[in-house]
Amino acid sequence: MTQSTQTSSQTPTSSPKLWKFHGGIHLPDEKALSNQGPVVEAKLPTQLVIPLAQHIGAPARPCVQPGERVFKGQMIGEPQGYVSAPVHASSSGVVRAIEPHAMPHPSGLPAPCVIIDTDGEDAWAPDRPEPVADFQSLDAEALRARIRMAGIVGLGGASFPSSVKLNPGQDQPIDTLVLNGAECEPYITCDDLLMRERASEVVTGARILLHLLGTGRVLIGIEDNKPEAIAAMRQAVAEQQAQTPAQLEVVEIPTLYPSGGEKQLIRILTGREVPTHGIPAQIGVVCQNVATVAAVADAVLRGQPLIERYVTVTGRGIAQPGNFRVRVGTLASELIAASGGYSGELAKLIAGGPMMGMTLQGDAVPITKAMNCLLALTPAESPDPGPAMPCIRCGQCAQVCPTSLLPQQMYWHARAKDLDKVQDYNLFDCIECGCCAHVCPAHIPLVQYYRYAKNESWAREREKQASEHAKRRHEAREARLERLERERKAKLRKKKEAITPKTKAAPGQSAAVGGAEQSSVSSAADTKTDTAKTDTAGSVQ
Amino acid sequence: MSIETLAANPHTHAPNSVARTMRLVLLALVPATLFGLYQFGWPAIFLFAVTLLGALLWEALGLALAGRAVRAGLMDGSALLTGWLLAMTLPPWAPWWVGLLGAFLAIIVGKQIFGGLGQNLFNPAMVARIALLIALPIEMTRFVAPQPLFSAAAPGVLDGLGITFGGQGYDAMSGASVLDHVRTELGQGHGLDTVLPGVFDPLTALWGGVAGSLGETSALLLLLGGLFLLQQKVIRWEIPLAVLGSIGLLAGLMHLLDAGRYPGPLFHWLQGATLICAFFIATDPVTSPVSRAGQILFGAGCGLLIYVIRTWGGYPEGVGFAVLLMNACTPLIDHYLKPRIYGRDRRGQPLKVAESQPPASTAGARS
Repeated sequence: MTQSTQTSSQTPTSSPKLWKFHGGIHLPDEKALSNQGPVVEAKLPTQLVIPLAQHIGAPARPCVQPGERVFKGQMIGEPQGYVSAPVHASSSGVVRAIEPHAMPHPSGLPAPCVIIDTDGEDAWAPDRPEPVADFQSLDAEALRARIRMAGIVGLGGASFPSSVKLNPGQDQPIDTLVLNGAECEPYITCDDLLMRERASEVVTGARILLHLLGTGRVLIGIEDNKPEAIAAMRQAVAEQQAQTPAQLEVVEIPTLYPSGGEKQLIRILTGREVPTHGIPAQIGVVCQNVATVAAVADAVLRGQPLIERYVTVTGRGIAQPGNFRVRVGTLASELIAASGGYSGELAKLIAGGPMMGMTLQGDAVPITKAMNCLLALTPAESPDPGPAMPCIRCGQCAQVCPTSLLPQQMYWHARAKDLDKVQDYNLFDCIECGCCAHVCPAHIPLVQYYRYAKNESWAREREKQASEHAKRRHEAREARLERLERERKAKLRKKKEAITPKTKAAPGQSAAVGGAEQSSVSSAADTKTDTAKTDTAGSVQ
Repeated sequence: MSIETLAANPHTHAPNSVARTMRLVLLALVPATLFGLYQFGWPAIFLFAVTLLGALLWEALGLALAGRAVRAGLMDGSALLTGWLLAMTLPPWAPWWVGLLGAFLAIIVGKQIFGGLGQNLFNPAMVARIALLIALPIEMTRFVAPQPLFSAAAPGVLDGLGITFGGQGYDAMSGASVLDHVRTELGQGHGLDTVLPGVFDPLTALWGGVAGSLGETSALLLLLGGLFLLQQKVIRWEIPLAVLGSIGLLAGLMHLLDAGRYPGPLFHWLQGATLICAFFIATDPVTSPVSRAGQILFGAGCGLLIYVIRTWGGYPEGVGFAVLLMNACTPLIDHYLKPRIYGRDRRGQPLKVAESQPPASTAGARS
């Protein structure tokens, strides 16, 4: 480490132009708690709990049976659809069950998981993809397929399937790959340690992505509170620059939360803004977390699927905070035990950072691909703010909002359940970074109000769609009945014409029957319309 | 909606609170207030005490009637601050009931009727000041020259009690404020060159040795208080700068046009309630706009109105009216001057992508 620091001090530090985003806050970074030692390999647990839904998109479908023997790296859940990702066994053993298990989610609700009793052999699957010595020999499609089948998703927390993100389409040329090493959340240091210890894999992964995307430039953004990581990355870049015509650049950015937000980091490094409702590819940028990129290198060069990740276990509620290399599916409780257990009183256990993490009901939940940090906060670190006071319209929330929204106005309207108004203030542009609630002198849980308003809006949208669907179905049914009636009458008329000379009473009778049937149909239709109306009214209330 | 009890992110909080904000503003007011109390002696001290107690009393009553927690409501310090600001704008030797009535107008009429803290459209202290000025033109315009505590001419404790509570006259000592005096003299056709030298000395006005409201005389101490608030980031620079800037600009311009009739910027900055308005009244977060552009517009509007009312209006001092009029504009300003949102243009539409092409299939999947 010292060596790399020296190297970096010798290389001239270029200072490219940086842009600013609006707002943001300076937080006590608390990173020294956990970044003092090297990453420790967590020991193989006796049981692995591997969730089938660890990514945005359709959950994986289990492709093993209870009782079946599985190997390390074997696919146990296959992707369903384009936006999906497979999951793999992170060690060898026997599938004990496929059943719901508590998930790292604030609801504490269980979700389907593959539960594996490990055998301690940690034997690799025989059929895993061949390592590739020269990634340049693979074309974009083959690389994407490899990345997809390795189950790689965004490891920064969003867990969006990477293969999808890396397929911007021919019509959207990508000129810049942005690597996110900002790690702007306080406490978390797993990316910091990853960049220190696996810098060369990160840079190699970046070169693979440059090759895949046909892009000539990568900007690696790292906050300036991680000098060791910056030095290590600069050294790795210097070592590999000769092997690529592309421009590799490590950019030191000022520490300011939330610089690590995808949109914010793109703005800082390129000055471009991702259009609302759009994606970075539209402005020629693809952004990936550094850990994701290291996983890409592992998948392509070593044929190793995403079955482990770095996790920070920290907070003053943890006896010995630090970083672990952890198999996906290890229970959080085992990591906490490996960190010396809890120390003292615990106010909150959080998956993620203090700004955007989610509270956990307990530690009997598996480590997923998306989990970067287990944070145990003491009451002193996370004091109970007490009951919320009235908003005094001080506007500090608007000053710190990285999206330049008006949090206070959104709060008033969310509180009044005025969903149209709160959307007029662009509720859905909110990234829920928590800056507004952090600085609010009235201690109003603003993010909670926005989530509430978003959920209500989605629910309303669903109901609207459901009622429109019902209306369409109803109209189709009406049309069908009408058509059947017409056909029946036509048939009747034909029949009548055919038999008229013989019997004279038949026409009147059949007309009466037809009329009665029609009225019964229309009354049924009326009832249906009424029901649909009541439904719609119900959804508005 | 049991929303407040849920543990949403963020899980840490900046060490600030409404009560802390109010405490800092009160702290910033302390020097100017102590100086004012010293300058105007016991009657001012009694009036100050009555006004503050009155504000707390009315706040407690208002909270109780509204069915809110009285103790928590009083502890936030907002009522104390409102009473304090009101007391600072009163003529220092006004009788006790002026303070109590003013506190009622500020707290009950100006604030609680609107729904309490954070809900009022108008600055409560200014509501009270203007209502009092219109209802009690005599009491609200009788000022005294400074009689520092323990000086020969200063009233003792008993005299002070008599002045504040006993209706004891003080006509012999009363007079007009500088703004009022200059205005009257100008109205009688005297030129500034003869009027000003007797009453306005920039240095005296700076430290505060002139007749005026209880807490408005020392420009220097108010300025220091304001700078402290800026340094503590309790207020932002936009409103104070816009208020002082627009007054200075107008006064300078008019002074250049006719120095005999229009006093220069220094006079307007140092006299009356200009500084307390710029730093303490117009910056009230509840009644001022949120966006930077909005705050500049609001401050400039205040400054403009203050100057216009002082120079051509019917009252010697325009701060109260100016602030209330601009308060009324605040919702409108907030509506029209919104910041540009990330990823959107000024009109709130999503930014155009260089080539107008349909987004790739991933766009739909991600949103």
